[in-house]
Amino acid sequence: MDFTFNEEQQMLLDSTRRFIAERCGFEARQRVRSSASGYSRDAWAQLGELGLLALNIPEADGGMGAGAIETMLVCNAIGEGLLLEPYLSSAVIATHTIATLAAEQQRSDWLPRLADGSLIAVLAHDEPGSRFDPTKIQTTAVGDGSHWLISGRKSLVYHAPAAGLFLLTARVRGESADALSLFAVRSEQAGITLRACATVDSQRAADIELDRVSVPRAARIGVDIRDGLQAVLDFGLAALCADAFGALDRMLKATIEYSRNRVQFGVPIGSFQALQHRMADMLIQVEQARSMCYLAASVCTDPDAAKRRAALCAAKVLIGQAARFVSQQAVQIHGGMGMTDELSVSHYFKRLVAFELRMGSTDLHLERYRRQMRAA
Amino acid sequence: MDLNYSSEQQNFRNEVQRFLAESLPQDIRQRVRDGDQGRFKEDVQSWQSILHQHGWAAPAWPVEYGGTGWSKVQQYIFETECALADAPPQLAFGIKMIGPVLIRYGTPAQQQKFLPGVLSGTDWWCQGYSEPGSGSDLASLRMQAAREDDHYVLNGQKIWNTLGQFADWIFCLVRTDSSGKPQRGISFVLVDMKSPGIAVRPTRLLDGTYEVNEIWFDNVRVPVANRIGEENEGWTCAKFLLGHERTNIAGIGPSKRALLQLKQNAAGVIQDGTSLLEDALFSTKVAQVEIDLMALEITNLRVIVADAEKRAPGPEASILKIRGTEIAQRISELQLEVFGATALSFESESRIAGIEGAVSEARPPSNASADYLNLRKLSIFGGSNEIQRNIIAQMILGL
Repeated sequence: MDFTFNEEQQMLLDSTRRFIAERCGFEARQRVRSSASGYSRDAWAQLGELGLLALNIPEADGGMGAGAIETMLVCNAIGEGLLLEPYLSSAVIATHTIATLAAEQQRSDWLPRLADGSLIAVLAHDEPGSRFDPTKIQTTAVGDGSHWLISGRKSLVYHAPAAGLFLLTARVRGESADALSLFAVRSEQAGITLRACATVDSQRAADIELDRVSVPRAARIGVDIRDGLQAVLDFGLAALCADAFGALDRMLKATIEYSRNRVQFGVPIGSFQALQHRMADMLIQVEQARSMCYLAASVCTDPDAAKRRAALCAAKVLIGQAARFVSQQAVQIHGGMGMTDELSVSHYFKRLVAFELRMGSTDLHLERYRRQMRAA
Repeated sequence: MDLNYSSEQQNFRNEVQRFLAESLPQDIRQRVRDGDQGRFKEDVQSWQSILHQHGWAAPAWPVEYGGTGWSKVQQYIFETECALADAPPQLAFGIKMIGPVLIRYGTPAQQQKFLPGVLSGTDWWCQGYSEPGSGSDLASLRMQAAREDDHYVLNGQKIWNTLGQFADWIFCLVRTDSSGKPQRGISFVLVDMKSPGIAVRPTRLLDGTYEVNEIWFDNVRVPVANRIGEENEGWTCAKFLLGHERTNIAGIGPSKRALLQLKQNAAGVIQDGTSLLEDALFSTKVAQVEIDLMALEITNLRVIVADAEKRAPGPEASILKIRGTEIAQRISELQLEVFGATALSFESESRIAGIEGAVSEARPPSNASADYLNLRKLSIFGGSNEIQRNIIAQMILGL
C-alpha cells in the first residue's frame, strides 16, 4: 500500500507541468485554439523532444517503456493545462495500440515516427449508432487479391484531421461475425473523406467516410483483436480519467482562489457559509475522483479483464459525476465571470463536458457496472 | 504507487481472519448479524476479554501500555476484518477515547489506575461532553465544578451519553473558570458513576432503543486526583480526544458488511422470475453506492498512509466522516426498499402499544426500518456533517 510517486515519476510530472506552464499557457492556448489546425506543431515537436511521445513505446522499440502510472501523471498535467495537442489520441491510445498489437515490421515502420512527433495516428473505432459497443461495428474489409477494400463510417474521431495514420476497426467478410479486425491506413489514401469539426472542448475531430479504401495485405494489424482492443481502450480510458482529474483539481483551486479575492458586501465571498459548504463538497468529490483516478491507472493493465472493466466503469462513473458537480459549482461561484470565454474556468467546464460524453457516458458505465454486480 | 496490500499486510490480514474464525464465538457473531441487542453489554465485554487474552485489546495503543503497536494500515485491516466477520464493536469510549487521553496526558498513577480496566473491558466508560445548551458549540459548556480542597463539586447536566446506562465511569468536560474565553476554564475529569448525586435517565429514540441518556450531577464530589491535565486546560484533552474519535470514522468495514447484506437480501427477493438485484432501477442504486464506497475506501487508505507519522488524523478526517456517514445512511435506505411494506411492522412500537405476540407472524426478517431510523444519528454525532464542512472550509481550503 503506497500512494507516493517515485523520484522519476515526480520528475516526470514536474517537468511536464513546467513545460506546459512555459510553452502552452492560457494565452498561447487561446491563439492555438483559433488556428486552422487547432494544435501547435511546435509544442507537439517539443513534447517529442522531451520524450513524452515515446512514453508508451517499449524500450525494445526505442521508447521509454513507462507504465500506466507515468501516463496518468502526464495526462494529469495535460488536463491541468487544457492542452489541445493530440496526446491522448496519438501518444497514448494509438501508440499503445501499435505497441501492444502490431507486428515487428509495423512497429519499426511507425513507432519511431510516433516518438519524434513526425507522425500522428488515431484509433478510428466508434461508428454512428455504435454507442461504444464493439459488437455494433459495421465497417467491413473485403479481401481483394493483394489488397483489402475497406468501407464504412467512423464518427467523431478526435484529432483525425491532424492524423497521418488511421487505425480502423472493421469486420472482415468471410471471417467470424464476432471477430474484430484492425487496419492501418494512411489518411491521404483514395476513398477517404473527412468531415472535420471543432469539438465543444476546442479540440478537432472528424467523421470519416471510407469508400472502398484499398490498402495492402500488410496493413492488417493482428487477426482477431477484440480482447487486445478492449485492453487498449481500458488503458485509454484510465488516461482520459487522468486528464479529467487534472482539470477538476485545477477548477477547484481556481474557484477557491476566486472566492478569496472577490469582495461583495465588503467581505470576500469565500467567507459566506453557503459557499464554504459548497466548496467543501467540491473538495470531497475531487478527492474521491483522485482515488478513482489512481485506481484506474493501477488496474488498467491488469490481465483480468473482468476486474479491469469493473474498476474502470466505476472510475468513469464517479469521475463523471464529480465532473458534473464540480464544474457546475465552479461556474456558479465565479458568477458572471464564470460564463465568459476570458477565464479558464469556462474552458475547464467544456473539457469536462467532453469527458462526460467521451468513451461512454456516466450512465453507460453505470449500467455496465450494474450488470456485472454479484450478490457475494 | 501500489494500491495492493504488501505481502506483510496480506499476511497480517490472513492472521486476523484466522483469529476471527477461531476465536469469535458463534452465538455472538449470530446476534451481531441479526442486530440482536439483547445481550449487547455482555457481548462487547466478552469479545474485549477474548481480544485482551490474545494481546489485541488496544489496536492503536503503544506496546508499553498494553497495545499492539500496529501501524495505521494494520489497525484499518483489523477493524475492517472484524466488521466483515460480524464481531461486536469495541467500546470506543474506552479503547479509542479515554485510553489515548490517559496515555498522552495522564500521570503514571492515573494510567496505572485506569488503563487495565479499559484494556480488559471490565470498566465501561461513557462520554460527558454535550449539554442541553452546548452541542456543536461545545466550548460553551456550563457544568460547574467548584473546587473544595482536594475535591471538585459537580453540578449540572450532560446529554447524549451513549450507552451511559452501562457505565462504571464517565469522562467529563466541566467548567472550572468562567472569566475568560470559553475554551479556557474547562477541565477534564473522570467521575465514578456510583458517586452519590448522579442520576441517569435514558432517552427513548425514534427506533425504540435506549442508546443515549441524560445524566444529572447534584453536588457530585470528584477527587482532584481524577483530573487529567492541568486545571482549565481540559480543552486540549478534548481536542486530542476528538481527533482519536475520528480514526476509522469512514466506517468502511461496517458499510462493506451492510452492503454485502443488502445485496444478498436483494438477490433473495424474486418477482416474476427476476431478483431485485437484477432489477434495473434498484440495482443501479446499489451499484452507485458500491462505487462510492469503493472510492471512499481508497480515500480512507490515502489518509491513513499519509497520517502514519502523525499521532492523530488531520482535518482530512472530516472528508471521511461526511462521505462515510452518507454512504452508511444510503445503504440503510436501500435496505428499507428491499423489505418494502414488510418493514412496516415495527416491534418496538407494538411493545409500547402492548400488542403481545401480534407482530411475530408479520415480523420483517430484518431490522431494516429500525436501522434506517437509528442511522440518522451518523450525520449528527461526532461533530455534525455541517460542522465537518466548516472544518474543511477553514482547515483545508483556508477560507
